[in-house]
Amino acid sequence: MGPEFVALSLTPLLIGICVAVACALPGNFLLLRRQALIGDAISHVVLPGIVVAFLLTGMVATGPMLLGAAGAAVLAVIAIEAIRRLGKIEAGAAMGVVFTAMFAGGVLLLERSDTSSVHLDVEHALYGNLESLIWLDANGWTSLTDPAALAGLPVELPRMALALLVVAAFIFLFWRPLALSTFDEGFARGVGLRTGPLGLALVVVSAIAAVAAFDAVGSIIVIAMFICPPAAARMMTNRLGHQVAWSAGFAALAAILGYVLAGYGPLWVGASASVSAAGMIATVSGIILAVTAVAGPHRTRGS
Amino acid sequence: MSIQLVTDAAQAEAEATRVASPLAVRGLTVSYGQTPAIFSVDMTLRAGAMTAIVGPNGAGKSTLLKAALQVITPLAGTVTVFGQPLERMRDRIAYVPQRASVDWDFPTRVIDVVLMGMYRQLGLLGRVRAKHRAQAMRALERVGMTDFATRQIGQLSGGQQQRVFLARALAQDADIYVLDEPFAGVDAATEKAIIAVLKDLRDTGRTVLAVHHDLATVPDYFDDVVLLNTQVIAAGPVAEAFTEDNLQAAYGGRLTTARVDPESAVG
Repeated sequence: MGPEFVALSLTPLLIGICVAVACALPGNFLLLRRQALIGDAISHVVLPGIVVAFLLTGMVATGPMLLGAAGAAVLAVIAIEAIRRLGKIEAGAAMGVVFTAMFAGGVLLLERSDTSSVHLDVEHALYGNLESLIWLDANGWTSLTDPAALAGLPVELPRMALALLVVAAFIFLFWRPLALSTFDEGFARGVGLRTGPLGLALVVVSAIAAVAAFDAVGSIIVIAMFICPPAAARMMTNRLGHQVAWSAGFAALAAILGYVLAGYGPLWVGASASVSAAGMIATVSGIILAVTAVAGPHRTRGS
Repeated sequence: MSIQLVTDAAQAEAEATRVASPLAVRGLTVSYGQTPAIFSVDMTLRAGAMTAIVGPNGAGKSTLLKAALQVITPLAGTVTVFGQPLERMRDRIAYVPQRASVDWDFPTRVIDVVLMGMYRQLGLLGRVRAKHRAQAMRALERVGMTDFATRQIGQLSGGQQQRVFLARALAQDADIYVLDEPFAGVDAATEKAIIAVLKDLRDTGRTVLAVHHDLATVPDYFDDVVLLNTQVIAAGPVAEAFTEDNLQAAYGGRLTTARVDPESAVG
């Protein structure tokens, strides 16, 4: 854990943890509301949003890209609702249609436009580039208190930390109405809770996490983290508060373990190159889910 | 002119009844798609009475309850609670939805469900204090469920789930209790326990409104009845409104399968 670790591994690890936890937290509620696909949908529709923003501004800048992604997410939510209501099509199917169509549209746009000069391609959209988010200005742990070195932190880290803060604050503040309306929407409305705007706020907060994460780590981690840690956490406990805590723990564990395995795992088995950290983190979260599904104490309901 | 005057007087009287009523709906209409689920329903509850909403499947009974509490948004109609708009009077109403409307695998314990009944008291960030827990435990005691306080709700039987839902409403300490099919799929002991609690509520001045399926027990359990089939067919005290003619009108040809005993029905 020397200077090399701080410069090369600390920031990707921290970003990975922030992404994982920021997506897992709202994922708990989406899962219990049977809306888990929303996370999947949002992370896919982000791609056309970013491509359109790039085509309009001609540069890969954070502001326009986030705006484009957010615009695409809103458009997708509207389209899903419209298909569901006008076509009387089941919500899951409506989501599936919208996000695959928009993602495919994004891929086509990307192919037809000249993005060779910038770092924007389909692979990047899927896996991100976690390993490249290194902190070159650091030369050891003391850099953490050095303003000059801190200024050279990859911008993704503070951005992701802020997204995590927003998500955590939302869930802390609205814990009670979120729990109530997720369990029993009819009763929640009976006590005067405005469940419509609250449900929309949950989707918006999930979108903030997904959009902020997309740039750093791509959509694979986002999709996995919305579902795997909360689903695994559900097997560990029968209480909502404990489930959310477990999910955050599992998400962080997947991020750390996945990052380390991606970097060193192939060397341990004799292969030469490392593998994608994003892919490995998502894989580890899936393995955690599999383990809890087999061995978790509350995997059968009512026990 | 004199006819006009009589009408005005009758209207004034109806208005006075509505203002005094714990829950009054007027012209309530709800539609899912093209056909109305309930159409222009007027219903004025009598304070301190137990009222049953009775009608065939698809008559709009649950819809009427939900629309009356603005759980679903009606196309038209007004709802008043003691003459005031509903939104200002939410604290006075406790709602017990259909047991089947929620996922009982939800990760929560019995006591946590009952504490949900104190949402308006606790607010967004209010701490759950000892007095709130005591209030929740008292509610559980009234339905005989204290031993189950820390159980996961998925472990409960149907009757126990219904008791927990009732306890959550009791924890609200409201004036009006609105229940959607409280006896659906519960054991006989639970039915007895629930009706005892409801009668106790009525005897302490509360008003009870319930969607009810079993025509045979209407005269035993309830004071007033609303016969519904999209529109109100008849409403009033059981002795006056729960007649065979009215039941035939509400159920049409289906009443024979409902096997109501006309003797007890008018009793």
